[in-house]
Amino acid sequence: MTAFTRRHLLASAAGSAALIGLPAIARGQAAAKVVVIGGGFGGATAARYLKKGAAELQVTLVEPSATFVTCPYSNLVIGGWRKIESITFTYDKLAKEGITVARDSATAIDPQKKEVRLAGGRTLSYDRLIISPGIDIRWGAIAGYDEKAAEAMPHAWRAGEQTLLLRRQLEAMPDGGLFVMAAPANPFRCPPGPYERVSMIANYLTQSKPKSKILILDAKENFSKQPLFQDAWAKLYPGMIEWIPVGKDGKVVKVDPAAKSLETEFGTVHKAAVANVIPPQMAAKIARDAGLADQSGWCPIDPMTFESKLHKGVHVVGDATIAAPMPKSGFAANSQGKVAAAAAIAMLKGKQPPPVGMVNTCYSHVGKDYAISVAGVYRVTDKGLIEVPDSGGVSPRQWDDGNRRMESIYADGWYASITGDMFG
Amino acid sequence: MRVRFASLVLALAAFALPAQAQNVDVSILAATCAGCHGGNLDGSGPIPGLKGQQQAYLGNQLQAFKVGARPATVMNRLARGYSDDEIVALAEHFSKMK
Repeated sequence: MTAFTRRHLLASAAGSAALIGLPAIARGQAAAKVVVIGGGFGGATAARYLKKGAAELQVTLVEPSATFVTCPYSNLVIGGWRKIESITFTYDKLAKEGITVARDSATAIDPQKKEVRLAGGRTLSYDRLIISPGIDIRWGAIAGYDEKAAEAMPHAWRAGEQTLLLRRQLEAMPDGGLFVMAAPANPFRCPPGPYERVSMIANYLTQSKPKSKILILDAKENFSKQPLFQDAWAKLYPGMIEWIPVGKDGKVVKVDPAAKSLETEFGTVHKAAVANVIPPQMAAKIARDAGLADQSGWCPIDPMTFESKLHKGVHVVGDATIAAPMPKSGFAANSQGKVAAAAAIAMLKGKQPPPVGMVNTCYSHVGKDYAISVAGVYRVTDKGLIEVPDSGGVSPRQWDDGNRRMESIYADGWYASITGDMFG
Repeated sequence: MRVRFASLVLALAAFALPAQAQNVDVSILAATCAGCHGGNLDGSGPIPGLKGQQQAYLGNQLQAFKVGARPATVMNRLARGYSDDEIVALAEHFSKMK
């Protein structure tokens, strides 16, 4: 070390910082600017953890809605267990913590100029950008299923008005009606979500309309936590739920919203009293327009930092990313938001991003006092993003009622914790 | 070569970590627990707080979850994802939180 002068050290520090990215703080700026697009599980978490990790940062959260309705627990609203108010949150606490909440839509990103354009006309410049854009529905992927059709056959895969619409339709359905769900092929937001939803609807129908039936038309051959769900359905809702996988002509290719009918690959037409079409999805428009998505429609990222593989200086987190083996879940987005925030802070200081630790735990309510879970612990190694061997997995199949009940209690605790972590 | 060596030394100096937590950024690991144990790790309803608990207790319980000596719902599955060193580092970190 004695051989090196101060000048050597400064030169090399600047050099290594330039290799890593933007040495905005090292450059001597008063406060580096980080813009976060999207106020959901990934974005709200990233914004708060940026401030927690580096209070001096100027953090702006761009989100068009004044409130956020969580997709997790929206199935409980559909099943009549919860009111939508109890899953609706504001950004008030974030604003109090010094995050600038811009109630506006991001319409374009210029990764070269490091600018975000907003629908309201403003342009925000940034030193680093974190985007948690969520999903868009692939309208038209199922013939006849467009935005208008979703008013007759809701997807309810973005929580809010669609959630309430599906609930109202179930309330209006006569006893003995057939509820039909079209479930998508992988990958899609919330892999166990369709089957938790079916469970919640079966619970409601068993109590209120017990002659009704449920048909799941599935575009895949198996699904998340399948044996656990099917065991529970046989026990709690015997004879009510039929599941048709793709190999038995379960893939819906066409819908007729006026007739509330769904047509499968080989031409079988199912007529529904209430139909819930969960169509194929892709990364939301802002990410695709900015060139952050590849041909798959999803966003490739470096799992060490969640920086886009397509544009430097932009981190992408949440459902829009390609982050297998992590699922597209709210918990995963929360975990990724923390990794992106820590990486952004380190890179702004010209430092190496810290080693990655991520977790996912997804609970599904299946009935009263009965929930199941899947858990995963994730690291980045020379093989990329991996699930730590011999860890994680689903709730054991042989568990007794006591453990199922405990998981339903812990699920509620999880929901309170994670929404508190995001919104304060 | 000289310049490269200097930046390596600088990089190492910048990321010096407690001896028991090599290759672990304990604050990142602790943040993974917040999803269930609360943003401030002070618990939520039936889920216990971790903040300020005794270090030895936390370390023993995490290890017991990991090896299956203490039955749980999700904690056995999660604890198996953490190394012994990481468990030690987490227990120390939680115990020192105020």
